[in-house]
Amino acid sequence: MMSAHRDASISPKAPKRVPIGRRVFIGLAALGAAGVVFWASVANFFSGVLGSGLGGLLPGGDRFRIYSITGNYPTVSRANYRLKVSGLVHDPRTFTIEDLEAMPSTSFTKAFQCVTGWRVPDVRWEGVQLSHILKTVGVKEGAVALTFESYDRADTECLTLDQAHLPDVIVAYRMLGAPVTTEHGGPVRLYVAPMFGYKSLKWLSAIKVVDGVQPGYWEENGYPVNGWLDGTTGPTNPDPQLT
Amino acid sequence: MSLAPTMPSEALRMLRFDRVQRSAHWSNALLFGVLMATAIPLYFGSFFGVVLARHVVAEIHLWTGLALPIPIIISLLGSWGVQMRRDVRRINLWTREEMRWMKTLGETPLVADKFNPGQKLNSIFTAASIVIMLATGSMLQWFRFFPVPWRQGATFVHDAFAFAIFLVVIGHIVMALTHRDSLRSIFTGWVSEGWAARHAGAWLKEEQAKAGRTE
Repeated sequence: MMSAHRDASISPKAPKRVPIGRRVFIGLAALGAAGVVFWASVANFFSGVLGSGLGGLLPGGDRFRIYSITGNYPTVSRANYRLKVSGLVHDPRTFTIEDLEAMPSTSFTKAFQCVTGWRVPDVRWEGVQLSHILKTVGVKEGAVALTFESYDRADTECLTLDQAHLPDVIVAYRMLGAPVTTEHGGPVRLYVAPMFGYKSLKWLSAIKVVDGVQPGYWEENGYPVNGWLDGTTGPTNPDPQLT
Repeated sequence: MSLAPTMPSEALRMLRFDRVQRSAHWSNALLFGVLMATAIPLYFGSFFGVVLARHVVAEIHLWTGLALPIPIIISLLGSWGVQMRRDVRRINLWTREEMRWMKTLGETPLVADKFNPGQKLNSIFTAASIVIMLATGSMLQWFRFFPVPWRQGATFVHDAFAFAIFLVVIGHIVMALTHRDSLRSIFTGWVSEGWAARHAGAWLKEEQAKAGRTE
């Protein structure tokens, strides 16, 4: 009697059960894995078709995420700001921010694209073309590349001389319609429009003209030295559309 | 001795969550809470103007995230994990009635198990999201080992699941606050037989049968 009751609650009359939990779990995990592997191509496809990325798909997806290598932001006042330009140049100079502002300015609206995937469309940039600064100091024979240093004493960057002469590679002192804020690398930062954001070094303190490409901080940590927005990593601009 | 189910009583109580499950739930809730609280300024960084504290916030988010699977794993192990493992099995296995109930969003009749299909789905989603967030979060932290497109994908998946988690957790809390007897059971462990008769009839029957067997 007792065992009959027990049997009734289990089998054979017990309803057939399906491992839905395992299926949903595996399904979600597979969805996540597919997202990791294929998201970039899907997003690239749509940015090609629609002309804009899918950053706005998630609320707040098109905002800046503020990174810092040191966990701190160097605060440099306008008055104390200096940009030291040295190396293979005829006239090594140290510029104040007023010096930079006195140079012919250039401004344009372009997206900030981070290598990790986020993107901020329609950012207003204003500054002086790097090529103008190089013309001012006079690049010597044998110069090949530039190295950049930051007031954070950690980040470094590099560009070839050719890359540095692209028209939308600028030393920026205004961004988003205002002086560059500390979190965005102010008072003066680099902006390399045709490349991923890590090339646009923040808190720019020094430029050195050198005879060989020296990979910067992020490049030592695995990012390509030539971080073109289309994903190619050759030294020359693969697509004039990028600039 | 009769084996017929006795009339469910409000005075008799049943253990819905043992101490191990309650500890695991609240440890997990605490970790989720810290992760969600730190996620907001990290995601909306420039919006909130969080400047110098960002590094600290990121560090808390990272270590809390790495700790995330620990309470559940511990609660499933060894002799104290018996009840937890039994409930995992329950959450995994669904009857046809449960599947139909879920598809019709509760419109079809169902004598519910210890957890109804919505509650089961909540647990399954939470478990999957822990694995996904841990995996994609690790890719973002140790990015240099992964190709650039995968990092972009990991960023998106981490963000998209974060939004889903916020919705599910808010829904979970709203359900808890509007179902006080269920809420009490995750603090004390106990529900009344009357509650079980109303919300978890299949479980009540099962427990009564078990009690009959051991008497």
